[in-house]
Amino acid sequence: MEWMQIVSALALVVFIVVLLPGVIDRVKNSPKGTSSDWMNFVFIILIVTGFVMMLIKLV
Amino acid sequence: MNQQYSTVAQRTSSVLETNKVLRNTYMLLAMTLLFSALTAALSMFLKMPPMTYLISVIGAMVIAMFILPRFANSTAGIGIVFLVTGLLGFGLGPILSQYAALPNGSNIITLSLAGTGVIFIGLSAYALISKKDFSFLGGFLMVGFLMVLLAAVANIFLQIPAMSLAISAVVIMIMSGFILYDTSRIVNGGETNYVLATIGLYMTIFNIFVSLLQILGIMGNDD
Repeated sequence: MEWMQIVSALALVVFIVVLLPGVIDRVKNSPKGTSSDWMNFVFIILIVTGFVMMLIKLV
Repeated sequence: MNQQYSTVAQRTSSVLETNKVLRNTYMLLAMTLLFSALTAALSMFLKMPPMTYLISVIGAMVIAMFILPRFANSTAGIGIVFLVTGLLGFGLGPILSQYAALPNGSNIITLSLAGTGVIFIGLSAYALISKKDFSFLGGFLMVGFLMVLLAAVANIFLQIPAMSLAISAVVIMIMSGFILYDTSRIVNGGETNYVLATIGLYMTIFNIFVSLLQILGIMGNDD
């Protein structure tokens, strides 16, 4: 295993550990969305996915 | 009557403050994107080795997470934002050089750049015009991002190309959510610091661009 892979993995693990308290806090304190909020978000993500697929066809 | 005037004055002041944060954020974002394009060009010109990317990203993340928040309310914060974005741009240089060396490399880079621009402008415009509150996405996006990081750690050891492709696709979806979340936070007054708002939006743009490069690079070289 190359040293760059080990350093990458270590950096990501440290990043996860640093990020974890913020994630827990955000999960606990985030307001709940309605089903229409979530449907709206899913629709937007589907458009983004379709756009990326179009880019793949163009390359 | 006086109370009505006071409420109208408070609302006007709040709208003006939001517009000021928005204007400053987009101005600083445009300047940092230009600056990172310059540092990327410099890095390509200097023919920096591939490890530059790793070192630059680690350095930029350390500065952004531990130093920037302390100076976010002072003018030094603007300098630190340029340092972070300049470092990330410099790290992109060797990656762009690798893609440019591919047979359709310039096409991949141009499409990734244009695609990132369209996604960012489209989602920002939607959040700005609709003024919808996307704060409910906060927990979901953070958990999703954490899952992606864990998958990325696993794939460093597993080295599965399909998994790498899937991770890049999920990163684009999560970063798209972050554009909506961050922009709606500025619009609805949840984020009043344009330095922190800029670095958040810059990171989403950077991640979408790198992920698109990877997806188009893999899909465009299957012959």
